[in-house]
Amino acid sequence: MQKDIKRLSLILLFAPFALWITLLILLPHVGMVILSLREKVAPRIYEYGFGNYIEFFNEPIYWNTLIRTGSMSLLVTVLALIIGFPIAYYIAKIAGPRMRGALFLLCLIPLWVSDLIRAFGWILLLRETGVVSGILQWTGIASGPIEMLYNDVTVIIGLVYTVILFMIVPLASTLDGMDNSMIEAGYNLGGRSVTVFRRIIIPYAMPGIASGCIIVFMLTAGSYLTPILLGGKNSSWFTEQIYDQFITRYNWESGAAFGMLLLAFTSIVVWLGLRLTGQTLANTVTKT
Amino acid sequence: MTRSPAIDLECANITKTFGNVLAVDDVSFEIPSGSFFSILGPSGCGKTTLIRMIAGFEQPDSGDVLIKGVSVLDTSPNKRNVKMVFQHLALFPMMNVYENIAYGLRCNNVAKHEIEERVNNVLKRIALPDVGDREIHQLSGGQKQRIAVARCMVLDPDVLLLDEPLGALDLKLREAMKIELKLLQHQFDTTFIYITHDQSEALVMSDRVAVMNQGRFEQLGTPQELYHHPSSAFVAGFVGDSNRWSGRAMGLSGAAVTVETKDGLEMLAKPYGEIPSGSERDVDIFIRPEFIRVERYVESSPSIEAGENSLKGVVDSLLFNGANSRALVRSSSGQLVEADIVLTGGHEDIEPGENVRLIWSSNQTMCFAN
Repeated sequence: MQKDIKRLSLILLFAPFALWITLLILLPHVGMVILSLREKVAPRIYEYGFGNYIEFFNEPIYWNTLIRTGSMSLLVTVLALIIGFPIAYYIAKIAGPRMRGALFLLCLIPLWVSDLIRAFGWILLLRETGVVSGILQWTGIASGPIEMLYNDVTVIIGLVYTVILFMIVPLASTLDGMDNSMIEAGYNLGGRSVTVFRRIIIPYAMPGIASGCIIVFMLTAGSYLTPILLGGKNSSWFTEQIYDQFITRYNWESGAAFGMLLLAFTSIVVWLGLRLTGQTLANTVTKT
Repeated sequence: MTRSPAIDLECANITKTFGNVLAVDDVSFEIPSGSFFSILGPSGCGKTTLIRMIAGFEQPDSGDVLIKGVSVLDTSPNKRNVKMVFQHLALFPMMNVYENIAYGLRCNNVAKHEIEERVNNVLKRIALPDVGDREIHQLSGGQKQRIAVARCMVLDPDVLLLDEPLGALDLKLREAMKIELKLLQHQFDTTFIYITHDQSEALVMSDRVAVMNQGRFEQLGTPQELYHHPSSAFVAGFVGDSNRWSGRAMGLSGAAVTVETKDGLEMLAKPYGEIPSGSERDVDIFIRPEFIRVERYVESSPSIEAGENSLKGVVDSLLFNGANSRALVRSSSGQLVEADIVLTGGHEDIEPGENVRLIWSSNQTMCFAN
């Protein structure tokens, strides 16, 4: 009796999670795989094969876009890490306990506004008739209106801004778990600040760095709104290609293949990153 | 250098405040080379602040810290030749044992072959020659302890600071580590400064002990001096066990002082420190349990000798702990008195409920002016 109740409650507790995983993640992906392997040979006649994938590799514009998306996402990840680490360190190690909560809240505030609104905020600031351009003209630094949208730098700034929180949170929680005496021991045994940072703080924070980087890289490579709104037609983001295949060209088969390729590509990058830093995925999850 | 080189560490009039809390209040002491020095005090007495100032993690508001006669106030923590074993040891979990020990040597740019030689050497000295390749989490509590000491000792420090490093260990291991630390100190022949709130750790290991309370040193002396000749009521109460009464000094008779306790007991006590004669003063009385003799009481019991105190009571309970067994005796006025007894397991043993008489010498009755 007792055992049955236990089992029932376990099933009930586990059910939403299992449903979520199967219905919203597993099934759609299986569908996508099947779709991506289907080729249209004549109206309403399909054959199974790797044609959609082969098409991707035969058309340089497609894989160039993927590589461009990948490398820019890596750049965004590195920038988010460089900017986010000092912030996370400050929150976890230097700020007092009350200040810590306030700072965390400040980091979370941008999440209360939707992605779309935030991107429009950037547009208001950076467009030709926008705030920054206006100030530059008013102070006399620029003689005419300046268009600051629709270039790679703006896209990268916008992306870093959107994702940096997802870097700060795992980093701060890892660093928070670090005993202060560990840092003091590093100094006490004769280490200079650089040594302590390189040999003690970074290795200790490595699981947090890895998980922050994975989240940020995945989010960036899969983001759609920010690159489109801030980069315009020039952004050539791979998600835009997928969108085009699905919506504009109504070529679902090819779109599904691109989607699977993006997933495979980002997974390989993450796997390579973990291999290079000597981390395991399990370690990354449990230590943060 | 005008100072004697035999002094490894000297603190002169160190004061430190945090906000309006006085953490360390005008503390001065010097520690001769190669001795084991303990700072004993309740938590929050300022002992950790003091040790952190010696290590350089805090800067004193006034006063000076001298290592081998040279002031180190302007030396940053990583340049001071004072190493520290932290409360939770702070071994680096991302490095193995070898790397942990080699870290300090690497920071000092020691040549690679010399690092290897010195690390292996120190591992041999702590009797753990083969653990170099192990990860920290694979070590037992006692092994971690020794690695933490070795990590400091490999750098040949002038002074080794230990911040309650035994606190996290279980009792049995703690007892073993006490002896081990003392042996390690002998072996390395380095000055150890050990801070603790556990009086038995301080008494067992130290050459000299400073008892600290509310930012000040109450007394500094050998463990025996602290135990048998405490200079204040705080030291008498904090170091070792004792029965404590508060009362009033009624007058001096020879070397002893007559005291009436609040429960109405009258006893002779030996004044420690100044007890102003003539006037009635509030005093505290301390008697260690091992100085109280427990006898069965019968009508025909002989009267006590001059200079002894006695108290009649009933055995409330026995606290059996092998050689350290104790009797809790309830006096007629209701107070519980602890006295050491020998329980042999035979029929002669005292049992709860028996009428007993407690006898102790006035010389062992410590009386402090309140």
